[in-house]
Amino acid sequence: MPTQLKTTDVVIVGMGAAGGVAALPLAEAGLEVVGLEAGTWLDRRDFAPDEIRNNYRDWPMLVNKCEDERPTSRATSAQTANRVGSHPMMNAVGGTSIHYWAQSWRLNPWDFKVVSETTGRYGRGRIPAGSTVEDWPFGYDELEPYYDLVERAVGVSGQAGNIRGQLDARGNKFEGPRDREFPMPPLRWTAFNERMADSARSLGWHPFPGPAAVNSENYDGRRGCVYHGFCNKGGCPVDAKNATHLTTIPKALDTGNLRVVTRAHVTKIEVDGEGRATGVNYVVGNNEYFQPARVVLIGCYTYENVRLLLLSKSRVYPDGFSNNHGQVGRHYLSHHQGAGVSALFPYDLDAWYGLPAQGVAVDDWADDNFDHSDLNFIGGGNLWAMSDRRPISAAGMSTYGRGRNWGSGWKRFIAENADRSHGFYIQKSTLPYEDNYLDLDPTDTDRLGMPVIRITGQFKENELRIAKFIQDRAEEWYLEAGAIEVSRGGLGNSMGASTHAYGGTRMGDNRETNVVDSWGFSHEAPNLGVLGASVMGTSGARNPTLTSQALSWRTAQHLVDAWRDIAE
Amino acid sequence: MAEKPREEKGISRRDMLKTAGAAGAAALIPVPLDASTTVGALEKTSTELLAAAPAGPLMNLTAHETEILSAMVDRLIPSDEMGPGALDAGALRYIDRALSEAESDAAEAYRNGLTALDRYSEYSRGKPFTELGDKEQDSVLIDLQTGSATGAGVGFVGSSGAFFNMVKSHTWQGVFGDPQYGGNVNFTGWDLINYPGVRMRVSREEQRRLEEDQLEPVRRSAYDFEQFQAGEED
Repeated sequence: MPTQLKTTDVVIVGMGAAGGVAALPLAEAGLEVVGLEAGTWLDRRDFAPDEIRNNYRDWPMLVNKCEDERPTSRATSAQTANRVGSHPMMNAVGGTSIHYWAQSWRLNPWDFKVVSETTGRYGRGRIPAGSTVEDWPFGYDELEPYYDLVERAVGVSGQAGNIRGQLDARGNKFEGPRDREFPMPPLRWTAFNERMADSARSLGWHPFPGPAAVNSENYDGRRGCVYHGFCNKGGCPVDAKNATHLTTIPKALDTGNLRVVTRAHVTKIEVDGEGRATGVNYVVGNNEYFQPARVVLIGCYTYENVRLLLLSKSRVYPDGFSNNHGQVGRHYLSHHQGAGVSALFPYDLDAWYGLPAQGVAVDDWADDNFDHSDLNFIGGGNLWAMSDRRPISAAGMSTYGRGRNWGSGWKRFIAENADRSHGFYIQKSTLPYEDNYLDLDPTDTDRLGMPVIRITGQFKENELRIAKFIQDRAEEWYLEAGAIEVSRGGLGNSMGASTHAYGGTRMGDNRETNVVDSWGFSHEAPNLGVLGASVMGTSGARNPTLTSQALSWRTAQHLVDAWRDIAE
Repeated sequence: MAEKPREEKGISRRDMLKTAGAAGAAALIPVPLDASTTVGALEKTSTELLAAAPAGPLMNLTAHETEILSAMVDRLIPSDEMGPGALDAGALRYIDRALSEAESDAAEAYRNGLTALDRYSEYSRGKPFTELGDKEQDSVLIDLQTGSATGAGVGFVGSSGAFFNMVKSHTWQGVFGDPQYGGNVNFTGWDLINYPGVRMRVSREEQRRLEEDQLEPVRRSAYDFEQFQAGEED
């Protein structure tokens, strides 16, 4: 029998990017919060600038729950799914916000209203066949105040392009209106970043510095970025990357109302006879506990949120918690980051001391920022020219058809070219489709014997057409900047496991097609809330973390405001 | 960027290993250069060199498997007029340590792949891999890389390309990774690609100097910084 613990107001499963943000408004409002985290605390002494550890091995995590429950993956339901090679996430207090790339974007207004905007501008029939996309239950304006709160609480650097309708050409002219400037100026640019920006301008585009959850100067008692060059999948040795274990979680702990339990592996959400959540079971080592709570918030990564619901079967919810409408796992999508384009330049890029969040963005070909009347797709991609280079990956660069990639000839090639290549991953909008979904794998399990998630996901014609279109734009940009070789990746097929996974517990007013309501609470179990990108029904063409954090703050604030309705 | 003096073409590590072969199986084992060994040491005779280096077999491979791996790694990044190669950089020591720790799951793939490489060499070129000349070894490795090293009884598990890529990937880690893991001896990997080095802060001014080719490289391991040494308080 699990040890029965004292009832708390709120239990949050996962103290990462999303759960770590939600804890703050709850604790500040005086609610008693228990944060359960599978990983442990890490600090800056754990974050050596070491490419082997960060990028080739399993990093300094003391707990590897995510690796143990790597999903299986297949393109279509006709195939057998295979276990993916590695899990893109990590377990620790602060979660993947410790080692992520920290691009900290707001979605653009179009991303919230894909169906109505597309239909309104181009007429009916332009939503791709088989897509289950819906408008979000609210627009950008509803989320703007929460974006603003998170940008300040976490710390985001950047350059505004639209402050209450006043455009600023230094920023993104396509972004939704902000209430005010970023709390910090953007990260600096290298000479190559400047060159890419100039080249974009020559093409008539509108380049701007991307937003980053990285301090560009001292902020909130922490240092500015030191540009040491190991930010890609590395923790920050000077606390300049604004992971939640440095920002919102310590502030929530300061209130005295948050207790964080580490190495806590949650196995099940428990339910009463009426379908309300009563708390969660978790294991620490060989010990089992039951943490009763008036409200349960799950704030894990998309795969784990969906998995925990599907594993929590009961008499009331025979197909998994809050799944009596069969929507848990549906409307899954992930960013189409493949289909990259890379280039070789005849000059050094001096990219050794950069970071993936330092760079030049172009939004002219994203979302509906350009006319799609004569195109055979909707949506688009954001182009991102970042600075990111480390020795092993540099030495592993493509030789662009100039001989084989080893041997004496290669040594001459690499001595000249190790700092002369650049790669775009191209971040494109992806839509949800009827036959892309998550469920439990019928055979593969984790160490505890519980099924892992199975991803069934394939990029469809609309996404492949975007990929081709954006590859063309990327090539134009590289050639304008003087590239002597350009190489393109394939357009993609199977989605695989992604760092940008969305859906599975989609948010919407219609309970027949969505798991959570417009506040992030279950349509079926009113005291269960879901935090993270699993509630998002569209991806946009940009990184998800800031949006998932803004949504988390909003869900938590709603819980504070509607405490009696939800908890009692 | 300051040019480092480059090694004159001398006896390659591989030649030394071949020479040492006569001394018996123990001497065949390409013991790693210890960190104090300089490039100049390569000008010494093989006997002197082997005497200077700590003796001992690789922990995870037999002497024969080690010999094949050594020959393969030496062709991937040879010692030549561009400077030291993968063996000089300690790539074998890196791989051996990795097979004891983070990459222990790969030990079986190494044993299988090295045996299959030798069988393929016999099958297609009529000699064991280590007895082929440089050009023949390269052509065998090209067959491996392209996945075409097949034939009766060769027996690569998976494809020869997967084995080739695994060894190549680990060799690159051993040559271009942090020296903490036993490779990149004397920072020869970082010198080859002109990596300006691990720094804990790069000011705007330093970035500008890098862009003007005026930034002197630094050569230290991440773990030379006190912050990352076990038990240190920062």
